Amino acid sequence: MAEDAAEGGLNIHPMDQFVVKPLFGGTEVNWYTPTNVTLWMALAVLCVVLLLVVGTRGRAIVPSRIQSVAELAYGFVYKMVEDVTGKDGLKYFPYIMTLFIFIVFSNFLGLLPMAFTTTSHIAVTGVMAMAVFLFVTILGFVKNGAGFLSVFWISAAPLVLRPILALIEVISYFVRPVSHSIRLAGNMMAGHAVIKVFAGFAVVALISPVSIAAISAIYALEVLVSFIQAYVFAILTCVYLRDALHPHH
Amino acid sequence: MATEETDTNGDGLADALGVDSHSAGEAVGMPQLDFSSFPNQIFWLVITLVVIYLILNRIALPRIASVLADRAGAISNDIAAAEDLRNKAVEAEAAYDKALVDARAEAQKIIADAKADIQKDLDVATSHAEAEIAAKTAESESRIAEIRDGAIDSVREVANDVAKEIVSVLGQKADANTIKAAVEQRIKS
Amino acid sequence: MTGDIVQMGAYIGAGLACTGMGGAAVGVGHVVGNFIAGALRNPSAAGSQTATMFIGIAFAEALGIFSFLVALLLMFAV
Repeated sequence: MAEDAAEGGLNIHPMDQFVVKPLFGGTEVNWYTPTNVTLWMALAVLCVVLLLVVGTRGRAIVPSRIQSVAELAYGFVYKMVEDVTGKDGLKYFPYIMTLFIFIVFSNFLGLLPMAFTTTSHIAVTGVMAMAVFLFVTILGFVKNGAGFLSVFWISAAPLVLRPILALIEVISYFVRPVSHSIRLAGNMMAGHAVIKVFAGFAVVALISPVSIAAISAIYALEVLVSFIQAYVFAILTCVYLRDALHPHH
Repeated sequence: MATEETDTNGDGLADALGVDSHSAGEAVGMPQLDFSSFPNQIFWLVITLVVIYLILNRIALPRIASVLADRAGAISNDIAAAEDLRNKAVEAEAAYDKALVDARAEAQKIIADAKADIQKDLDVATSHAEAEIAAKTAESESRIAEIRDGAIDSVREVANDVAKEIVSVLGQKADANTIKAAVEQRIKS
Repeated sequence: MTGDIVQMGAYIGAGLACTGMGGAAVGVGHVVGNFIAGALRNPSAAGSQTATMFIGIAFAEALGIFSFLVALLLMFAV
């Protein structure tokens, strides 16, 4: 795809931005090598610290601007966890907040020009989705024992349909981490690749205004998508958590 | 948290897709499917998530929660104080209203007293005037009666004389007493 | 043009798999459209159901993501 596009004067490499490179030269990527992944994740951590720790340093009753943004983020996730999982899900609020804030900052940092989007990698989102999946499954069995299996047995359906529905439910249950991770990575990757493709068209003088307008439009869309995907990731985590805590629905 | 199991997961995915981990992404295609970079990403991701979790759980979330709680407390305190002030204002208003009502009652009383005084004076003056009027009326009536009595006597005298003359003209001797009785009878009827 | 017939088949398959995303688009549009129709009928209940809408979108979108995944696998993993 990328290398085929080199013909005809256009030299578009929309996927190059996703390549994992070592930060300090060399080509070997060992598990411990500091790479651009490290850099952008560290920047995400820095942003989290700036927003949620430095921003709230004043502990002001009347908040400063950054502090009110931090409180807004806190209240947003807190309310989401409370609404979706119920009161007993609030114990897991820090985990969901961690995931949400990391994804939000990774997505937004990835929108900076020349940036590397860590959340566009299936490895990253897959680990998070798999961690959520395993956590929720283990938690479900620990909390409810074998009763957790009733999540697959829909008592509202007619008896004849229940085995078929159970089969579908089991499949959809095990597909959860796949859709959960690929949704985020796919959205991020597709948006950034499309921006890169349009940026590649911008070198042709004739269509460069169109291309720049399209980049602006898609960039705006991507800002929206960045937030919505983080929200969707977090809210689906809450939904899975609710299934684990209350399998009888 | 789950480095080992996620590592195996990554490799398992690679195996399942039937892709050789080290040849897939070197030259072609998506860097996302370059399995040789997976351990690196997963390693740094786990570190990042643990760091963020520790920052949030130890510092940020308790602090924000305490700030929010403080604010809620301050707001409810302020609301209570405002409620206090409002109650005081209501009390003051009630006192003011009471004072107003009292003053009004006082004024009413004063007006009533004044009215009563005036009425008394008026009554006295009226009775005086009525007594005077009655006296004058009585006097006038007695004089009118006198005049009438006088008039009746004159009429009687004139009638007697006229009757005596008429009778003598008719050529008869008139008895004075009979004429007097007849005139008296006529006047009465 | 270089490449063999397997690659050609894979590319054609990847392109066909992308049509599945249209289905996801229809699904997401259906969810949001119905949400807005309901929200205009009963605006007071809309706020509490926004999260439900997003969950519905996510589930509808998941199936589109599978077609995307199939396309990617055909392009790069077959």
